[in-house]
Amino acid sequence: MATRTITISPVTRIEGHAKITIQLNEKGIVKDARFHVNEFRGFEKFCEGRMMWEMGGITSRICGICPTSHLITSAKAGDAILAIAIPETAQKLRRLITLAQWLQSHALSFFHLSSPDFLLGFDADPATRNIFGLIAHDKEFARRGIRLRKFGQEIIEVLGTRRIHTPWAVAGGVREPFDPAKREYLLNWIPEAKATAVMALEALKAIHTKFEHDIPNYGNFRSLFMGMVGDDGSLEYYDGTLRVMDGDGNIIADKINPIKYRDYFGEASEDWSYLKFPYYKPLGYAKGMYRVGPLARVNICDYIDTPMAEAERKIFKALAGDAGTVNNSFYYHYARLIEILFSVEKIEMLLNDPVILGQNVRAKAMINQDHGIGACEAPRGTLFHEYWVNEDGKLTKVDLVIATAQNNLAMNRTVRQLAMQYLDGAKVTEGILNRIEAGIRCFDPCLSCSTHAIGMMPMHVQVVDHENNVLCDVRR
Amino acid sequence: MAIVTLTIDGEQLSAKDDESLLQVARQHKIDIPTLCHLDGISDVGACRLCLVEVEGWTKLAPACTTRPLEGMVVHTSTDRLKKYRRMIVGLLASEGNHQCAVCTVNNHCELQNLAYDVGLLYVRVPYLYPDKHIDASHESFILDHNRCVLCTRCVRVCHEVEGAHVWDIAGRGIDCEIISDLNQPWGSSESCTSCGKCVLVCPTGALVKKGESVAEMEKHTEFLKYIVTARRKGEWISVDTDEE
Repeated sequence: MATRTITISPVTRIEGHAKITIQLNEKGIVKDARFHVNEFRGFEKFCEGRMMWEMGGITSRICGICPTSHLITSAKAGDAILAIAIPETAQKLRRLITLAQWLQSHALSFFHLSSPDFLLGFDADPATRNIFGLIAHDKEFARRGIRLRKFGQEIIEVLGTRRIHTPWAVAGGVREPFDPAKREYLLNWIPEAKATAVMALEALKAIHTKFEHDIPNYGNFRSLFMGMVGDDGSLEYYDGTLRVMDGDGNIIADKINPIKYRDYFGEASEDWSYLKFPYYKPLGYAKGMYRVGPLARVNICDYIDTPMAEAERKIFKALAGDAGTVNNSFYYHYARLIEILFSVEKIEMLLNDPVILGQNVRAKAMINQDHGIGACEAPRGTLFHEYWVNEDGKLTKVDLVIATAQNNLAMNRTVRQLAMQYLDGAKVTEGILNRIEAGIRCFDPCLSCSTHAIGMMPMHVQVVDHENNVLCDVRR
Repeated sequence: MAIVTLTIDGEQLSAKDDESLLQVARQHKIDIPTLCHLDGISDVGACRLCLVEVEGWTKLAPACTTRPLEGMVVHTSTDRLKKYRRMIVGLLASEGNHQCAVCTVNNHCELQNLAYDVGLLYVRVPYLYPDKHIDASHESFILDHNRCVLCTRCVRVCHEVEGAHVWDIAGRGIDCEIISDLNQPWGSSESCTSCGKCVLVCPTGALVKKGESVAEMEKHTEFLKYIVTARRKGEWISVDTDEE
């Protein structure tokens, strides 16, 4: 059968580099679509032989957007290897920086990367459909988004002395106590941050109305959802147990200690992508697709323990209708904004907690276990670091399960759905390309975890027949 | 000991003839970069960063092991010297595995500072990426061969100040490596007193405290001055009686 392949490479305005291929059959109807991650980093291998204490610093270099999530998760794996409970102050400070990480990353995803699509339109000129175009279109909206991200980065800098790649959290706690002189400064940001979060939510709701015909095609399917919840079932980000919910809102696994994640989640590989394909083991690779990140977290939690975010969660949940869970991936954006609001409220609570001013922030111990697992909720979903060490603390094996990978199956499904909806034969328009990209962008994937050019990357699309003859070649 | 007069960088100076050119220059605020040199232990002229030009001499001379002579005319900062120093630091960077961003002594590293000082913007030779290992068998310290520049400060401070002589150099050429005792894991060394002097004088992250994270460790060498001064005054019992 004659088939053709359309390639979108690279995909822009995501964190990292990837391409999309769309395979057409002889009638020009989409047969399959794949989201390829063509980067190879090799962290798991080259960390072998390094010292366990260095891992926070090394693994945070995986990413320039969410280094703090890797740092915290690595520190937690280190705590497990030292087999110690860290001081309460350290634990609360780690919580604070984790929320700051959510805040800055979510703000980046919504304001800088995704909102140009919504506010300027999917068919707008790609030369202006970016943060600069957004500034030209609505200066105040862009300014407030940039400042919201700045607030998150300010917290990270106050705690860790630098915004990106701080090595501040370590096995046993954190390196430096919180500077009380900075508390007032950070608290002064709260009213503005709250107002910006509310403004963004209102803007997004207007977008929901504007794109009501497009939205049902953005990765709208049932899947499992996985994430952390607190002991009481509330939205959790630092230290909870894992919950798995199906696409009808039924909890199918709960109270899973993160150190048991291997019993529940497997990883498959495909020869066309460097990104692994994690799946829920009890259902097998074919049926075990699950989603992580904001959509999953807001779906699976029983409630959010901050008032404004909880009120918004209830409105969000109403979108589920009879399904029990909100299954449309477009609503990742909505869940992300709810989490921004939650982060701001929670940061305020933590900043007002006198415990964070404690001076005892680090417990010290030597190697007490030869194996440790750390887990926390990174902005994009549950992140696991698993280390094996020898008696000296030297790493013998490393396994990192990254949030984006866990959305891999769902992202492929989303691409397929969008391609089927919008692509007609080999005629590839800018709007179609960007809708497919925007579908990926719902998940806010962090592929290399490196920064990317803004709207400047060339888009390359090829239509290829079954004998690999290029029928159509589109570049921008 | 006699007093000689010489010229360094156009400045006429008088100096004791048992001092080194490096000492004389530094007494007069003339900066010469060094790496293997450390006040308080002997000089071996290993790193070649302190090379200077002496008029009438065909070879460059290491300032740390060259004595001042009457009428000597010395240049410490010519374009040729600057180029060579940049080359030396570049070669040091290329033959180890110096990943500053994830190093325990990032921002507190003498090699890193030297790279800034000599203006090393890029390394012209290919990196060797040698397959080096870490000796983490000591309960308190780590030896990371990836970051060792073979300055031998650890060898000298252990022998001359602590008197334990744990460290030596084994191998030839590019295969040279610091070893403890009879090339055995540091943790099994019987001569090591775990004093930590080697760790504090190491200019890079090759010797660090165990449990330190990235960019956490700062080295302090001030202790050496007090020990050496006390010993000179006879307030300290010298182990190395041959030196007296």
